[in-house]
Amino acid sequence: MKKLMCFLACFLPGVAFAAGGNVPLDEAPIDLTDKASLQRGAKLFMNYCLGCHSMQYQRYQRTFNDLGIPDELGEKYLQFTGEKVTDYITRAMPAESASGWFGAAPPDLTLVSRVRGPDWIYTYLRTFYADESRPFGVNNKVFPEVGMPHVLEPLQGTPRETYEEVMVDGEMVERYVGIKSDGTGAMSPDEYDQAVGDIVNFLEYTGEPSKLDSYRIGKWVLVFIAVLFVFVYLLKKDYWREVH
Amino acid sequence: MSNVSVDAKESAQTDKQPQDNTRRRFLTVATSVVGGVGVVGAAVPFVASWNPSAKAKAAGADVEVDISAIEPGQLIRVMWRSKPVWIVRRTPETLEALSKHEDKLKDPNSEAEQQPAFAQNKYRSLKEEYLVLVGICTHLGCSPQFLKNGAFEEIVEGVPEGFFCPCHGSKFDMAGRVFQNVPAPLNLVVPPYQFVDDNTIIIGSEAEVA
Amino acid sequence: MSGFLAWIEERIPMMRVANMHAIQYPAPRNMNFWYVFGFLATIVLVNQIVTGIWLTMSFEPSAERAFASVEYIMREVDYGWIIRYMHSTGASAFFIVVYMHMFRGMIYGSYQKPRELLWVFGMFIYLALMAEAFMGYVLPWGQMSYWGAQVIVSLFGAIPVIGPDLVIWIQGDYVISGATLNRFFALHVIALPLVIVILVFLHIIALHEVGSNNPDGVAIKHKKGSLPESEKTPYKIHEYYTDKYDIADDVVPFFPHIVLKDLVAFCIFLAGFTYVLFFAPEMGGKFLEHPNFEIANPLKTPEHIFPVWYFTPFYAILKAVPDKLLGVLTMFGAIAALFALPWLDRGRVRSWRYRSGLHKVNLILFAIVFVFLGYLGGTPQENWKIIASQVATVLYFGFFVALFLYSKNENTKPVPERIPK
Repeated sequence: MKKLMCFLACFLPGVAFAAGGNVPLDEAPIDLTDKASLQRGAKLFMNYCLGCHSMQYQRYQRTFNDLGIPDELGEKYLQFTGEKVTDYITRAMPAESASGWFGAAPPDLTLVSRVRGPDWIYTYLRTFYADESRPFGVNNKVFPEVGMPHVLEPLQGTPRETYEEVMVDGEMVERYVGIKSDGTGAMSPDEYDQAVGDIVNFLEYTGEPSKLDSYRIGKWVLVFIAVLFVFVYLLKKDYWREVH
Repeated sequence: MSNVSVDAKESAQTDKQPQDNTRRRFLTVATSVVGGVGVVGAAVPFVASWNPSAKAKAAGADVEVDISAIEPGQLIRVMWRSKPVWIVRRTPETLEALSKHEDKLKDPNSEAEQQPAFAQNKYRSLKEEYLVLVGICTHLGCSPQFLKNGAFEEIVEGVPEGFFCPCHGSKFDMAGRVFQNVPAPLNLVVPPYQFVDDNTIIIGSEAEVA
Repeated sequence: MSGFLAWIEERIPMMRVANMHAIQYPAPRNMNFWYVFGFLATIVLVNQIVTGIWLTMSFEPSAERAFASVEYIMREVDYGWIIRYMHSTGASAFFIVVYMHMFRGMIYGSYQKPRELLWVFGMFIYLALMAEAFMGYVLPWGQMSYWGAQVIVSLFGAIPVIGPDLVIWIQGDYVISGATLNRFFALHVIALPLVIVILVFLHIIALHEVGSNNPDGVAIKHKKGSLPESEKTPYKIHEYYTDKYDIADDVVPFFPHIVLKDLVAFCIFLAGFTYVLFFAPEMGGKFLEHPNFEIANPLKTPEHIFPVWYFTPFYAILKAVPDKLLGVLTMFGAIAALFALPWLDRGRVRSWRYRSGLHKVNLILFAIVFVFLGYLGGTPQENWKIIASQVATVLYFGFFVALFLYSKNENTKPVPERIPK
């Protein structure tokens, strides 16, 4: 039975993808305290995403402050659209022409991690694969018929669905083993996963920049409530002792 | 009366009252104090949220102005913290005229702190040539008009140029100093500013003293 | 100082009212944890009003700016995110405590004579609260705001003849639009809160007139002159009550005893509230739904639309009925049945402690069915759920039918005269 399940698990995904894109999501390596990762993610975002996607609810300066980047360095290395450091992170491309090129305006990404969840984005950016039938020559496992080109291809190389010949019950069977880069990218598979992880980490930050503050303050509020509870409870006991 | 405290009434009426009231009093005070701290703590976000937002602070940040294109005698206006700031390139004649009407001014030597220390001088400026002022009347906040080429003579005899507030008739000279017998009490404000180079000034911050 | 207070008291009886309703109000001493939810609901109401006032200071009620202004509050206003999460978490907390409060009323028969109006006022509060919460959820102008409004407003389209015109009138446009957002904003920030505050006031006045019920459903007020002095309460109770009745030795004064008990519960509640606020404000997509972080898009419906969790039981009932008009009627019927509870229950014994086993089973089943309906209405549609929600809908109404039938001649236990020691 177990064997059969394994067999099915290896085989069926190909079918399932075609049906609706219900791919098991990989867990994104989120760590909001990892400033280095957030900085790398910001850099990748500004270089590869901001051309088409805006981040219009977030300002550069706030981002630099939270990520521990001095304003001058941020302006020099992370701002490419000629805006001031106090401006919102808006894209260079006008929405109308974007609609023309992609069929729909690329969505704002400030809150994408709260809409899709980090795991979805992490999996999405790692499951593009070459598909000549699509306008941009790529398709995606978690977002079938995606209208976005694989902008990270220079880093990953061209990703292809890969099959292996394996022996199953004495027969040779083609088995899907996932998406593999053809090795033409600037990064190794591990480096690519790390880079995508950094982008997702950055997007998780921009979704809710107050999160670390929230954890910090929340802890103290809970401690305070515990203290208040002790006093209120003892006082209540004191008054009610005579009742029961 | 019904508003006698519960405790007092109770002890008069019942023998259930415990003898040890110190503990109760201590707990009452302690709970009240901790609760009070909680109320103050809870008020913090509400009070703090009235501060200028991060966006407003960003909008109120320093403004960099290119002054290379200002002609002698010309005034340009820039916005700083949503307020009009004037930059006037004064001619030598204008500068010379400043000392001629000092007897008609309220505060000719700029003793009131309406300017950064660097501008507490005869010209109320860092460089004589360039006058930088917040263009808001010190009376009730209107923005005065710049009258030049003798137009100001009609307002103050013998003074060819100056600023005149249309709201209540306050008058200021070409260093932003207020004339006597007008409603405005103080000279116009000189904002903090600095020269980055000969053609660029930054409004909003002073050069750090080395 | 006391002279000054007396001067005020002669002109406006503040101390008298405070004593009557908040200090020397007689409360049964056996009120258990189920009795803290009224106090908690009041606290949450205050929280919603205060945080709501602060949110309006930065929120911009227009289709163009609403979504961005919420993010402005979250990112640019000092501690704005705390205020916003206090409000959003408060909305869910409100319904949690109100549902507990209502179920308390059901198990201890707090709606029975003479508390029928008290219950009805409470139901009106619940109704106003649902309207308030619905309109509040539209304001951030996210995808769920928009499509949720679309679905709920469409319900009115089921009304024969006038339905379609009524929908357009409510929307102020041919679709949900900026006009709809603006009128919902006006209703959400001033009209409905005013109604709710007035209803809460009436609810409390009605409560204090008939007196608090308790887990034994035993009266604490007795006919004047019926109790010997030794059985009267030793506590100072306001003359308003003692002049008309003999108050038994079964009560404690509201202050400090009940207030302290409520404060203990408040601390526990606050710990949970704080935890959600600071560590899980979305509550896994239940308090703040994920698609609502995407700006409203009239051209693209989210894959699954659910109302927020507190509406899902009624949403499941709506979906269970295949006909649109009948579905809407059934859903409103589900709420109407709750209104009619004081008259559907023909029993004279209040607390389930002294009622039949059948009644206990009926109540527990009702609670389970209600939660189950909530689950069905808040998860994606599947085939088995259609049948399940139809069965659950029948069971929901079955509670009221069964109650009506068995309560007339119910096999109850003897109720004690006084609260058992």
